[in-house]
Amino acid sequence: MPNFNDILILLPELYLVAAACLLLLLDAFMKAEQRPLLHWLSIAVLVVAIYLVVGGQPSQPVTAFSGMFVRDGVAEILKVFALLATALVFVYAKPYLVDRKLFVGEFYTLSIFAVIGIMLLVSAGSLVTVYLGLEQLTLSSYALVALNRDSRLSSEAAIKYFVLGALASGMLLYGMSMVYGATGTLDLARLHMAAAHTGMPHLLVFGLIFMIVGIAFKLGAAPFHMWIPDVYQGSPTAVTIFIGSAPKLAAFGMAYRLLASGLGDLSQHWQLMLACLAVLSLAIGNIVAIVQSNLKRLLAYSTISHMGYLLLGLVNAGPEGYAAALFYAISYALMGTAAFGVILALARVGFECEEIDDLKGLNQRSPWAAFLMMLVMFSLAGVPPLFGFFAKLLVLQAAIHAGFLWLAIVGAVFAIIGLYYYLRVVKVMYFDKPVEGTEVRLQGDASVRLVLSLNVLALLVLGFAWGPLFGWCQRVFVG
Amino acid sequence: MIDPQMFQLVCFYAFAAVTVVAALGVISLRNTVQAVLSLVLTFFSTACIWLLAEAEFLAIALIVVYVGAVMVLFLFVVMMLDINQERVREGFIKYLPVGIIVALVMLGEMLALIGVRAMHQAVMGADPAAAVGMSNTEWLGHALYTQFLLPFEIAALILTVGVVAAVVLTLRHRTGVRHQQASQQVRVKAASRIRVVKMAAEVPAAPQAEPGKETTP
Repeated sequence: MPNFNDILILLPELYLVAAACLLLLLDAFMKAEQRPLLHWLSIAVLVVAIYLVVGGQPSQPVTAFSGMFVRDGVAEILKVFALLATALVFVYAKPYLVDRKLFVGEFYTLSIFAVIGIMLLVSAGSLVTVYLGLEQLTLSSYALVALNRDSRLSSEAAIKYFVLGALASGMLLYGMSMVYGATGTLDLARLHMAAAHTGMPHLLVFGLIFMIVGIAFKLGAAPFHMWIPDVYQGSPTAVTIFIGSAPKLAAFGMAYRLLASGLGDLSQHWQLMLACLAVLSLAIGNIVAIVQSNLKRLLAYSTISHMGYLLLGLVNAGPEGYAAALFYAISYALMGTAAFGVILALARVGFECEEIDDLKGLNQRSPWAAFLMMLVMFSLAGVPPLFGFFAKLLVLQAAIHAGFLWLAIVGAVFAIIGLYYYLRVVKVMYFDKPVEGTEVRLQGDASVRLVLSLNVLALLVLGFAWGPLFGWCQRVFVG
Repeated sequence: MIDPQMFQLVCFYAFAAVTVVAALGVISLRNTVQAVLSLVLTFFSTACIWLLAEAEFLAIALIVVYVGAVMVLFLFVVMMLDINQERVREGFIKYLPVGIIVALVMLGEMLALIGVRAMHQAVMGADPAAAVGMSNTEWLGHALYTQFLLPFEIAALILTVGVVAAVVLTLRHRTGVRHQQASQQVRVKAASRIRVVKMAAEVPAAPQAEPGKETTP
């Protein structure tokens, strides 16, 4: 029977649900000119949620609602960074939304509902909670992608995302039903024990394959990456930045819960499957990105390759690998918000700043914006003193320690191939002549510029002082 | 005499086969009405399989909610899409064979279920409800509000997201549209409807002689 203690364990989630409902009501009774208040309130709601997550964190992992919900260190760190990334998204998105008449309260409410889905997903203790948390996240995302309903591209992206997402959810459920059939339990902790001595090992592996398809789709790993470029390009940039940041943490959380917490004993089966996904993602992401002329599409293919690197960490199937993959997911969330944040800050009415050519000669127009974009591109490429380099280094190291030397070599080779298209953006900004008659500079108020600069400079600072963050990542997987 | 266990197994495979064939029909039939009818059969056969497993409540809910409400609504929409009276009447005859086939298969399935019930055989696999001496519905309600309370509430949250999404994607505020405002209509007072205007009393003019008479001497 659920009791009061269960509710205390779930306090951050319950608080966010209540806050989201209040914001929804507030929006309904608010005049259009009062809406900026809603913007600041939503950010405050997320900051308080971070406090509740960290402040109420128990010293030992605890479960609530008969094992359906787990509150442990992994959940804590993922929740903190998912909330942080969403708060950053809110800050960057406002000027863009106002310019395009998309500044509606539902953007904030739906995003918060999506974050609730992420929090439930990364804390799942049962297959049912994994599935429901995922649906909560993706349903909110579909609506966000279609937010600009008068745009054909946006509607097309939403339909593609919806149909493919439903297919992936179906695959995941099919796999889960197989695993349930083989073990007779939905609880992840009990699944871990039952998986070792099931009478139907083939059925279990069959279910595992379908579950990995679902996970790969949510990560956006090749060959289940088809939706990523269209959704990134089609949705309003303010939504792309959200989809490209916090849900990546959720996808890592889901993979960890299902594969490590649930089916850790089958690691000899899933290691090689993940390695194949990783190689394909690295190849398709990095090679196809080279021919892109649209900046959002380029970043979409770059996401696919980054998910390949994240999988390199998971292939290790041990605490070291999980810590490296978690570190990679966090670094990608921060780099993704920064990259799309710069694009959002450069866009204005009638100018999306979507094409790489739009950045021509940015250095002469706005040296600071060009410098920020250069740092982000170098970090995404993995150039040494920056955050992205250490994230890549750690996952490659984890893959080598697991005996996948060939995989690490593939990863390193594709990192060099990937360097080309990131450097092309830098070259366009610094060495090309600006197009006459255009004006590209940082838009938005002081808060946007300040937060964006801090976010990008954090990539530089964390490049030098990555130790404490990685230490935190390592601690949560020990014990 | 047929072995009851055997008969149950045969029924299960028959229902499963009908489900798969009907589901294939849904995605391969070119005619939308036939596809919808085939989806009805898919749901019905699934409900039969659930009845075999003694999940009565779920089976009935599937029939009442999906077959009874959702699919019939779907059928209405599909048939309404092409509003040509003559073609609709023509369609009634055209779809009759498919409808009869679906109905006959359903009848067969129901008869098979009654047969299983008549043989009074225990269910396939363990039944947690029977173990604690509850009916299926009672046990389901119990599980939903104790062990599965959190998933149940998350499902409610997902429905909330659905409502918010539906509103944000379809609601359009049009300007310049005239609305009736019931509250203002009720609160109206006589004073705001009738304006009493004070005017000086008008003195009727004296009747004039007809012009015709005046001119004629």
